[in-house]
Amino acid sequence: MKINPLLKTLLIAIPLVTLAACSHKKGSTTADTDGMAGQGVETSGLDSGLSADEQARQQFESLKQDNVIYFNFDSDAIEGQYAQLLQTHADFLRGHNSVKVLIEGHTDEKGTPEYNIALGERRAKAVAKYMQNLGVDVSQLSVVSYGEEKPADPAHGEDALSHNRRAVLVY
Amino acid sequence: MKKLLMALVGWLWFSQSAMAELDILVTGGMDSGRPVAIVPFKSDGSLPEDLANVISSDLMRSGKFTPLSRNSMPEQPAQSGQINFPTWSALGTEAVVVGHVESAGAGQYRVTFELVDVAKGKDGGNAVLDSRVATVTAKQLRKYAHRISDIVYEKLTGERGAFLTSILYVTVDRSQPMPYRLMLADYDGYNERMLLRSREPIMSPTWSPDGRKIAYVSFEKRTPAIFIQDLYSQARSMLVALPGINGAPSWSPDGRSMAVVLSKDGQPDIYAIDIGSRRVNRLTSDPAIDTEPSWSPDGRAVFFTSERGGRPQIYKVDVASHRASRVTWEGDSNLGASATPDGKALVLVSRIQGAYRIARQDLQGGGVYVLTSSSLDESPSVAPNGSMIIYSTVYQGRQGLALVSADGRFKANLPSAKGEVRSPAWSPFLN
Repeated sequence: MKINPLLKTLLIAIPLVTLAACSHKKGSTTADTDGMAGQGVETSGLDSGLSADEQARQQFESLKQDNVIYFNFDSDAIEGQYAQLLQTHADFLRGHNSVKVLIEGHTDEKGTPEYNIALGERRAKAVAKYMQNLGVDVSQLSVVSYGEEKPADPAHGEDALSHNRRAVLVY
Repeated sequence: MKKLLMALVGWLWFSQSAMAELDILVTGGMDSGRPVAIVPFKSDGSLPEDLANVISSDLMRSGKFTPLSRNSMPEQPAQSGQINFPTWSALGTEAVVVGHVESAGAGQYRVTFELVDVAKGKDGGNAVLDSRVATVTAKQLRKYAHRISDIVYEKLTGERGAFLTSILYVTVDRSQPMPYRLMLADYDGYNERMLLRSREPIMSPTWSPDGRKIAYVSFEKRTPAIFIQDLYSQARSMLVALPGINGAPSWSPDGRSMAVVLSKDGQPDIYAIDIGSRRVNRLTSDPAIDTEPSWSPDGRAVFFTSERGGRPQIYKVDVASHRASRVTWEGDSNLGASATPDGKALVLVSRIQGAYRIARQDLQGGGVYVLTSSSLDESPSVAPNGSMIIYSTVYQGRQGLALVSADGRFKANLPSAKGEVRSPAWSPFLN
């Protein structure tokens, strides 16, 4: 059958226009967090802002760097100065249910190695309990104690000792 | 320059491994033991071992003897018939060991020794308390010297000698990719051998009562598990790896059970595992920390550390009835206890005014005797004849082993050439 020449043109033109419209839309999606939707340009570099993915990744990186809580000698009490840190970790975990965190418990070298394994576990469990109370699901939390076996600072003075009494959140 | 330094370090390491990795630095109590003299053994050529030196050092470390230095010896006889008794008597020497060694061909040596009582000799009676001849290879010479020490010790004290025993310990060298190593050596640090090397911590090595197997905690699977290893076949099996803590293994005197710490039921408690069936039997269930189990020599009870009274103290649980009772009452806290082989005392870590020291508590009278004067002491282990204790301490800024005689008289440090040394465990009698 013979296709009307006008129809032929339209058959070609319409898909082209649609395609153009599609690519235009794609551009606006990546830029929409920056309020540049509909401007018809796609930018890149620092000005383009962060996607949700990228934001999460950056947040995750900073969480991984700020992940240690220190304790007083022979104590498993969580000091008030760490409330903010733990809240941040808890918020992240609540927002990402598939992410799991391992809480390590550590002690300084005073006392015996096996007693320190028990004390380290108490510290790790105290942090886990605290996170649970902030709404984190128990399936996302696990604990291990290294007692005095993995010091952050292997020296033997008081200064080193205070750096070793800690719990570490490991992702 | 760096290359030269590296080569030098490499050379030092190799030459070290031919001798003791752990030196012995005597720090106390050299003058208060029974005076004896171990005369250098006469030989027809050069010997790979200085037998008299090994015997002398053994006897000194028991705390019971003060061997005379060679420079002070008035003479160096090789046989009892050559001894000038009045001379030795004038020095106050109680007993003399004399001997000689001849080459017996094919890398073998014939060793003859005599243990001689000075007072009896001066009176003109039969002064020889013991005398033996043995043929050994060059490699066996040092071991035979320890055997002579055992014979001399037993003849003079009535107690069995423990100089042919071994020790287990863990070394940590954080500059290595596999920092943790489980080591075995003669009790004096000689003949060091590596049994296990790991990226993750190794803890609490312990011996089976027959000295053929060991058990220890390993974090190789990232969480702790207890392993049993046969020293001869090197076969390894995992005893237990339940959720939470798996720690502080202690072999029962009959060899059939292992007391351990497990926290699978909510907090660290003491359990006994039947090694054959792997059946787990719970011994304590207090909500406070219970840890560091150690069997009484009669196998009926397990001593352990508990915080149920507030601070860590030593308790005892009867294996049959599960009834627990408190044993220690002095000091801020007491931990890491093990019974002496005669069952009459506990050797433990006592915290007194912030310092952690090794102490002995008599189980009958309750008297506590502090044996060390350092401040970061832990992991004491008693020799199978109860005469000596090995433990870890911080010496010159590094963690290393130390020896103290059970009466506190003799003290020595055993610093390691590299890394830190911890968790010593003295073997049972091996001969």
